[in-house]
Amino acid sequence: MRVDRLEADPTLSDGGAIVDVLQKVTDALRQRCAGVTFSVFRQDTRVWVPRESLYEVLRFLQQEWGFDMLVDITCVDYLHYRGATDRFGMVYQLCNTGDNVRLTVRVMLNEPDLTIPSVTSLWEAANWLEREVFDMFGIRFECHPDLRRILLPPEFTAHPLRKDYPLQGRGERHNFTALTREGG
Amino acid sequence: MTTQQDYLWTLNFGPQHPATHTTLRLVLKLDGERVVDAVPDIGYLHSGFEKIGEHLDYNQYVTVTDRMNYVSPMANNVAWHHAVEKLLGIELTPRCKYLRVIVAELARISDHLLCVGAMGLDVGAFTFFLYGFYEREKIYDIFESLCGARFTNSYTRVGGLLHDITPVTIEQIRDFLRRLPATLSDMERLLTRNRIFMDRMQGVGVLTAHEAINRGVSGPVARASGVTRDLRKDEPYLAYNDFDFQVCCTRAGDCYARFLVRIHEIRESLKIVQQAIENLPAGPVNVGADERVGLPDKQQVYQTIEGLITHFELVMTSRGFSVPCDEVYGAVEAPNGELGFYLVGDGSNVAYRARCRPPSFINFALFPHLICGHTLSDVVAVLGSLNIIAAELDR
Amino acid sequence: MALETPDNVIVTRLDALASWCRKNSLWPMPFATACCGIELMATGASRHDLARFGAEAMRFSPRQSDLMIVAGRVVMKMLPVLQRIWQQMSEPKWCISMGACASTGGVFDTYAVVQGIDRFLPVDVYVPGCPPRPEQLLQAIIDLQDKIEREGTVSGQEFEHREPVRALRELPILGQTPEMRSRGLRT
Repeated sequence: MRVDRLEADPTLSDGGAIVDVLQKVTDALRQRCAGVTFSVFRQDTRVWVPRESLYEVLRFLQQEWGFDMLVDITCVDYLHYRGATDRFGMVYQLCNTGDNVRLTVRVMLNEPDLTIPSVTSLWEAANWLEREVFDMFGIRFECHPDLRRILLPPEFTAHPLRKDYPLQGRGERHNFTALTREGG
Repeated sequence: MTTQQDYLWTLNFGPQHPATHTTLRLVLKLDGERVVDAVPDIGYLHSGFEKIGEHLDYNQYVTVTDRMNYVSPMANNVAWHHAVEKLLGIELTPRCKYLRVIVAELARISDHLLCVGAMGLDVGAFTFFLYGFYEREKIYDIFESLCGARFTNSYTRVGGLLHDITPVTIEQIRDFLRRLPATLSDMERLLTRNRIFMDRMQGVGVLTAHEAINRGVSGPVARASGVTRDLRKDEPYLAYNDFDFQVCCTRAGDCYARFLVRIHEIRESLKIVQQAIENLPAGPVNVGADERVGLPDKQQVYQTIEGLITHFELVMTSRGFSVPCDEVYGAVEAPNGELGFYLVGDGSNVAYRARCRPPSFINFALFPHLICGHTLSDVVAVLGSLNIIAAELDR
Repeated sequence: MALETPDNVIVTRLDALASWCRKNSLWPMPFATACCGIELMATGASRHDLARFGAEAMRFSPRQSDLMIVAGRVVMKMLPVLQRIWQQMSEPKWCISMGACASTGGVFDTYAVVQGIDRFLPVDVYVPGCPPRPEQLLQAIIDLQDKIEREGTVSGQEFEHREPVRALRELPILGQTPEMRSRGLRT
């Protein structure tokens, strides 16, 4: 359930120290950028930002709030999800290694406009992670230094982790010549 | 620029090469012996693990997680079920937590033994590799008596484990703990102060702490560069709070430092297993039938109504345990770094999205940065020290 | 060594000698991709010693080996590499498909994994298991040695005129039209 403001949870075992930091971060984000919503689930704090403010929010988190490690970038295709409003949800997992605080930043994207600014200039770890999201989902990252397929062969045309692509593929894995003893 | 680049020689390294630790490919641009640029090409083992995660149950998928980092499969099982239990909000029994710690630390010892063995093998020390493998066979014997499989044992289940531990296995673990320090000292005597090994490994592939954090590196590679981050201490999960152990770090950040960190981590893991096996709490290993996630024992199924209902709910098709419609990220300290799973639940017992955050993938992205300016023989040393497991890299 | 003998000459003792030499000095080329690769390394290590069976030198160069052990899953990006390595090996050569993934695709019935390397390469011995125990791989090497002893000829005639044998009998797939079947599609 997304809310506009986080409330501290007094039942947490660490005495809520991490939640204090998150409280301050989320307050600062609310002041900085409009359209930001939050929620907490199993002690994970998630922030939904609109695509236009993504780069600014991530830069702000990195430089002013010390979220120096980018843990993961991934994407979820909500095509078959009950109650979903947008198709693709990007997930950015951030971590502040100094205070040991984790934050998840979410951006929702819809077809046909599947482009999003790249954060390679902020964290070098984003380079390959974004290439993988492009490979698997087809989301293009603007200003990425080298956006091409990373895990699948370059001649592969589909984006396999989308929900409309079948598990067994569309016959690409059978498309090779067979060698026999005489020939090979 | 083209005239300057004309004399550069392009060398293809892999994907089938003994030093590439299975299938990864590097296209190296060499200036004589010096590497000017290295372009990694991966995906030669991409099997669609994340797509399979959308079709298999939470208990079935653990068999697939075994095949990710296949030198320490127990650690992947523990990581997967850690994330699943975080999603479901289940609290494990103390005995289960201790047992999972024991198997995770044994998997860590096994992974580090293979990694340092392979580092030795790649620079030419074959005996060192064989010593490491002999100890790993003992760990395989322990796992075999625990759950039946040498490796790729899918030992964890949602809410508990496959079987409880038996006294035979406990005795085998105690025996292993008695004998490993001697072999480890032998191995250290072979290589740690060896002039040739030190010359090949020191100063090669230096990674600074700031670079390590910016590039998202975790695990022994980061700890060798001075980043004192270990999820077992920073975000304790399972029963790591109860154990007294140290996090091994160095400041140098070169291949030799990574080697030393791994050797010392083996000793720390031995301490943890020792403490865990001596203080193993009694009690049930799986969560109770009320949680409706684990299959109850047959006695309970035949004699109590709750056992019968739980069994029916879990086993009949289109039933199964209910999962909140929300998303969670759960990470553990795998031997290679931070292994996390991002799970999206949609109410059924099949994950809607199961994303694995693989430490080898993040570590391999470091490679072009580390190898610049070094020679061709250092390529092998750096690749060995990063412990890239191709199945986790490509999933 | 391959002697060119005219078709009306059969050399049995020489065949037996050649087969005996070949089977007891099979130099494997480990084409290890995944988990089975670790079991292959364990088979070559000190407890289950592969060198006792003559497979002393694990040559990583296809030009210097005569047995290719494909251990682990082969994905479609890797398959052309596998085929090229097979072509680079010189005759006589044999192939062992180790593990469920190399034999039939194993657990991974996905868009990327080749469902059995025997669709694209001639395989001599299959080793089931996920991963197979080292003892199973040793049994496979022994079985291959028996096969070489039974069928081996000095001129390599057993390699000619052989129909490729598939590991898995294809079961009919419901809902698959003949047109889809001829294109190799299941869905």
